Amino acid sequence: MAVQAPDLLPRLAAFARLLHDAGLDGGPGRLTTATKALGFIDLRDRAGFRDTLRACFVGRREELPVFEAAFDIFWAPPDPRVRAGFLPGKSRPLPLAPDRARSWMQALGLNQGAQRPGDLQEVVNESSGYSADELLRHKDFDEMSWEETEQVKRLLQQSPWRIAERRTRRSRPARRGEVDLARTARQSISSSGELIRLLHRQPQLRRRPLVLICDVSGSMERYSRLLLIFAHATARRERLETFVFSTRLTRITRLLRKREIEPALSEVSKRVHDFSGGTRIGEALAEFNRRWARRVLGHGAVVVLVSDGWDRGDPELLAREVSRLRRMSHRLIWLNPLLGSAGYEPVTRGMAAALPHTDDFLAAHNLKALDELGSLLAGLGRRRTVR
Amino acid sequence: MSSPVSIEAVMAGLEERRYIGDRPLATSIFLALALGRPLFIEGEAGVGKTEAAKVMAQVLGARLIRLQCYEGIDVAHALYEWNYPRQLLHIRLLNDSADRAAAEQEIYAKEFLLRRPLLDAIDNDDPVPPVLLIDEIDRSDEEFEAFLLELLSDFQVSIPELGTIHARRPPFVVVTSNRTREVHDALKRRCLYHWIDYPSVEKELAIVRARAPEAAEQLAHDVTALVHGLRELDLYKAPGVAETLDWARALAQLGATRIDTSLVDATLGAALKYQEDLERAREQLPELVEQARGA
Repeated sequence: MAVQAPDLLPRLAAFARLLHDAGLDGGPGRLTTATKALGFIDLRDRAGFRDTLRACFVGRREELPVFEAAFDIFWAPPDPRVRAGFLPGKSRPLPLAPDRARSWMQALGLNQGAQRPGDLQEVVNESSGYSADELLRHKDFDEMSWEETEQVKRLLQQSPWRIAERRTRRSRPARRGEVDLARTARQSISSSGELIRLLHRQPQLRRRPLVLICDVSGSMERYSRLLLIFAHATARRERLETFVFSTRLTRITRLLRKREIEPALSEVSKRVHDFSGGTRIGEALAEFNRRWARRVLGHGAVVVLVSDGWDRGDPELLAREVSRLRRMSHRLIWLNPLLGSAGYEPVTRGMAAALPHTDDFLAAHNLKALDELGSLLAGLGRRRTVR
Repeated sequence: MSSPVSIEAVMAGLEERRYIGDRPLATSIFLALALGRPLFIEGEAGVGKTEAAKVMAQVLGARLIRLQCYEGIDVAHALYEWNYPRQLLHIRLLNDSADRAAAEQEIYAKEFLLRRPLLDAIDNDDPVPPVLLIDEIDRSDEEFEAFLLELLSDFQVSIPELGTIHARRPPFVVVTSNRTREVHDALKRRCLYHWIDYPSVEKELAIVRARAPEAAEQLAHDVTALVHGLRELDLYKAPGVAETLDWARALAQLGATRIDTSLVDATLGAALKYQEDLERAREQLPELVEQARGA
C-alpha cells in the first residue's frame, strides 16, 4: 500500500529513530507496520494519524507518555507563536541522552529562536521529578574500582547457586508419579490396544522468580554499589526483578539487562535520582504493593528486601506494608547490612515494627553474607514456611 | 458484515451494540483488521478488554472463539489432543489380521482429533473468519507464549501425524492482558497495541446508561461519581468499569434511586474486593458520598 505523501516515508523513519533514542522499539519491523497501516487511513485526519502510529510503535503502557511527547515534538505544526516542541498543555518531557538530545534539537530546528538553548536537556532534568524535600544527590558509579568489580564477579562465579524450584502445573514424563493416560494410551495403540505398561508423569519444576527491593538511601550508601553488582550478576542467570528506593521507588530491571556491568550501573545512576536521599521504606513498599506486586509476584516469587531499617516514616504503615508484601510472596527475606556489625540490635522503630512480618532476617554487609543468602535461596523448600 | 471500511464504521458498529469505546480504540481495531494483525489489548481489570472482542465478533457477524489462559495451559488444552479412548476402542474392534500400519494411519485421522479453541480458529470453514479471543495471556507461562508466537505470525499449526494446517481465512485475533506480568516483547511485536484506560466520568456514565439501564438516571450518576472518587484513593485494587456496572445494578435491585452512606456501606463489596481497601474507603465514606451526590 503506497503512502500518499511523497516525503512521509523519510519523515516516518526519522520519527522511528527519535522513538528509538527515547527508548522505544523503533526498529524496521515496527516501521514497516506503521508504513502499511498509514496506507489505510486518511492522512489529513490528525487524530487518526496519531492513533495509528501509537498502535504501531507502542508496546507497553509505560511507553505511552514518551510516545505522546515524541509525537508532539516531532510532528508539531510549524507555528511561530509557540516554540516548537512546546505546545501548551501538550508537550511532555522526552527521556533522551544529552548528546542525542542535542543532535535532535539541531535536526528538528528546535534551538533556533529558542529562548534558552538546551531546552530538551532541561526538560529531561525536570522529568526526573526533583522535589525540594528530597535530598537529591547524583551518584556516579563510574568510579568503581576495577578490583572491587572483579572480586565480586569472581566470587559470584565461584558460588554458582541457583534459586530453588517450584512445581508448575505442567507435567513431564517420569518413572513414577501419577499415571499419564495420554502416553499410556498412545503406547498401547502399537500393541493393538493392550495395556502392557503404565507410563507416569510428574509436575515439571521451574525456578522461582526473585524480586530484589534495595534501599539506596544515605545510610545505605556504603552498600548500595555492592548490592547493585550483586543484582547485575544475579540477573544474568535468574529471573530477577530489581527495584531501588530511597524516598521513591524505581524499577531498574531493564536497566540491569545490559550485559556489561559498567554501562548497566552508569545507566542506573543516571535514571535513579534519589540515591542517598532520605528513607521512607513504608511509602516505597506501599507503592510496590500497589503498582508492582500483582505484576511481578506471580509464580511463587521470593522477595529479598535490603535495608538497614532507618526509616523516617510511620512505623505502623511500614508494618502494614511489610505484612502485606509477605502475604503476597512465597518467602520474604530481609537483609540488613547492620546485622553484621558487632552489638547491633534491631531496635530502630522501623525495624522493630517490620521484623515480626518477615520470614528471614539476615546480614548483608559483605560478600560472604551475600553468599549465605545464595545458599538460603537455593535451599528454599517447595512449600511456604508456616507463618 | 464484512470487514469495516473505515474507523468511523468500527465506531458505529461498537456504538450500535452499546459498547462505548473511543476513537483510538476504533482505530486500533480497524487497523488490526486491515493489516491482518493480532490486536493486543492491555488495561486494568474490568475496563472492557474482553467485552471489546465479544462486541467485535457481533459487529463482524463472526463466531467468537475464546481461549481462557491459565498457568500451565499447553498444546493439549489450547490446540488439539488425540481422542485416545476412541482410538483404543477403534483399534480393538479391528480384526487381528488387519494390517497394523494401515490401522495406525486410520486412527490418526481428523475424526479422532479433539479440536481445542486454537485449532478451531485456524481450521475453520466459517463464511466470516472467526474472532479468536486469547484472554488474559498474562496468566499463561513463557512456554505457551513462545508457542503462540509461531501460531500468530503464520496462522498455521503442525500436527505431526497429520501435517501442517493453514488457515484459509485467518481469524481476527484479540489478545488481552491484565499486566499481572510483562508479556514478552517478541509476542507484542507481532501485534498492534492498545491500552484501555479507566474512562472519564462522562464516558463511564454513558456506559452505565447503556449497560445497566435498570439504574435510574440519578443513581447512575451518583454511582459513577462515587467510583471515580474511590479511584482517587490509594487502593490496592481500584474498581473497574465492570464493578461500576455491578454496583449500579445491585443498588437498582435494592430499589435505590440515589445513594446514601448506609446504602453505600452495605453494598461496598460490589466495588472493593480487599479488606484493606474496604477499611480505607469506610474511613471517609460520608465525605465520598457527599462529594458524589454533589458532583
